[in-house]
Amino acid sequence: MNDAFGLPSRIVVLGGGSEIGQAIVAAIVAEKPADVVLAGRTPVTLPDVPAARSLERIEFDATATESHGAFFDSLFAAGDVDLVVLAFGVVGEQAVAEQDPAAAVEIAMTNYVGAVSSLTHVSTRLAAQGHGTIVVLSSVAGQKARRSNSVYGSSKAGLDAFTEGLQLASLGTGVGVIHVRPGFVKTKMTANLKAAPFATTAEAVATAVVAELGKGNRTVWVPAILRPVMWLIRAMPPRVLRSL
Amino acid sequence: MGSETESARRLLTGWGRTAPSAAEVIRPATTEALVSALSRRPARGVIARGLGRSYGDVAQNGGGTVLDMTGLDAIHAFDPDQGTITVAAGCSLAALLDRVVAAGWFLPVTPGTRFVTVGGAIACDVHGKNHHRDGSFGEHVTALTLLTASGDMLDLTPEGTPDEFWATVGGLGLTGIVISATIQLLRVDSSAIRVDTERTADLAETFAKLRASDDTYRYSVAWLDCAAAGRLGRGIAIQGDHATRDEVDSVPPVPGLKPRISSPRWLSLAPILRSPAISILNEVHFRRARTAAGQIEAIEPFFYPLDAVGDWNRMYGRGGFLQYQFVVPLDREDVVHTALELLHRERIRSTLAVLKRFGPGSRAPLSFPMLGWTLALDIALPAPRAARVLAAIDEHVAESGGRVYLAKDSRLRQELVDVMNPRLPEWNTVRRRLDPDGVFQQDLARRLGLTGASP
Repeated sequence: MNDAFGLPSRIVVLGGGSEIGQAIVAAIVAEKPADVVLAGRTPVTLPDVPAARSLERIEFDATATESHGAFFDSLFAAGDVDLVVLAFGVVGEQAVAEQDPAAAVEIAMTNYVGAVSSLTHVSTRLAAQGHGTIVVLSSVAGQKARRSNSVYGSSKAGLDAFTEGLQLASLGTGVGVIHVRPGFVKTKMTANLKAAPFATTAEAVATAVVAELGKGNRTVWVPAILRPVMWLIRAMPPRVLRSL
Repeated sequence: MGSETESARRLLTGWGRTAPSAAEVIRPATTEALVSALSRRPARGVIARGLGRSYGDVAQNGGGTVLDMTGLDAIHAFDPDQGTITVAAGCSLAALLDRVVAAGWFLPVTPGTRFVTVGGAIACDVHGKNHHRDGSFGEHVTALTLLTASGDMLDLTPEGTPDEFWATVGGLGLTGIVISATIQLLRVDSSAIRVDTERTADLAETFAKLRASDDTYRYSVAWLDCAAAGRLGRGIAIQGDHATRDEVDSVPPVPGLKPRISSPRWLSLAPILRSPAISILNEVHFRRARTAAGQIEAIEPFFYPLDAVGDWNRMYGRGGFLQYQFVVPLDREDVVHTALELLHRERIRSTLAVLKRFGPGSRAPLSFPMLGWTLALDIALPAPRAARVLAAIDEHVAESGGRVYLAKDSRLRQELVDVMNPRLPEWNTVRRRLDPDGVFQQDLARRLGLTGASP
């Protein structure tokens, strides 16, 4: 059960290898100890969570959607899940993805299809238990296509729209969806990319998420300035935007 | 109020309006409908709910069934000579008062609101300003009927079936559903209260005042000003007794069955009870109180000042609020002091703080009151840092041998539940006998692992 502060007793991170996912969990258990489940493709590589009350590392493949039913059944059979962080995602390489359909599909399969499958499994189970929080990490990249990351951006655009719909569908069910739109986050996943303006950190994203816990459906931009910035960018004529 | 049994999936919260969960809410119109709803044994269990005045999640059951008991509110029997009354569990204390006051009787114990049901008052073993003298609500219940998970109706009494009776008193609704109860009322000469009010300069003086004079009054409590910097714990001691007939000029009004003023819905969009308003309200409240003796007050202003306004919890805005109440042994006044200092240092303003000296606890293993000092604080949410500060206070409370009031809780750490409630295993033994399959479930028990199940 979540408490009056929205702090959970049991947390599941889908994409346990994600630095942002790990930072969110660390920030939450620093407020209140909880049971933590990190789910990822190679469980042995998943890190420790020092302040967790208990820690489980389990195997989960976002793209293996046919395995999701059994995976989530066993996850929920072990007890209520109070908070799910959807943190998995791949950046891919734009230049490769533009030429290689398989590379483009892999990005879409993980970031969009895998997320749609996971979120559908999760949201129906949370609605059945009558309570719970879902944190979805989408991206400002989904707000406007850029030449440098449009394949990734398109997958996040799909996830973004799906998450907006999830918020509408979850009204009155006891489930809250925290929709996070981070800008460029400096992590090992983005280490070989040139940092975009308004770059942020995993810790900053985590702080922003903790501040929104227990408030139902929320949409949060990290940093907050990105909300007006993206609004402006979306309003720009393509001619101007191309030169950016 | 329909007379038909109604059923719908609804989002429920406690009075603090935090941590909502959705449940199938059934409002049985008859005992038969209640038994039938229970016999369905939904996978995520059943819990009874009264008027929803518990602050936290004790009367919520996410994904399961919540039985709204307010449709079963009959007054079965009232004996004006002996002062005993038998009511259905959904009967409110307001309705009970309405019936008995004119005959010269009063509630033996009343919490700070009359809009609670008798069933809820038993399940939470509520207390009032007279705990140091009269104990908790359950100690004035002479008999009750409990509907158990198997569908049996058990007649429980403190002498005949002490284990089951006391596991149900303060048992948070997890032993079964209280169907009806008989209460021994308090004989009063008049329902009005003769009140002495005295300002205190700081916490030490507030403690001293209560310690010195508690025993000479039936009702005794101190309001603390938590917003005053430098004079931490200054307050107003409010103490009183039922007035005699010749002290009262006219018959004081019996409070009604409904609040006099209602709060509009938009109030939750314009929260009033937040800093800095809290500091101002506290200052005004402190200055308004003059040291005075022998003032005559009616029932509502003395016992139920907040009941005048319906849905006053909306004033806290959409974030809601929580009430944190703990008790520590008499010789651990220092914990109260530490608590106020920690809150003050972290700038967590309590809108309402009440200090009281409890008398000895009841025989109920999960009942909250015990001999000692109790402090109750209302805290507006969201409150950054409050989770950590309250957790730090919890540690001091647990270390002192005290505990947090579970029926009001919305945020305690599971790790401290066993330490604070050493008789939890004893209670669970009786509970398992009454409900071996765990039919009775609720959000509070899930959150705190009360019944020993997984999180």
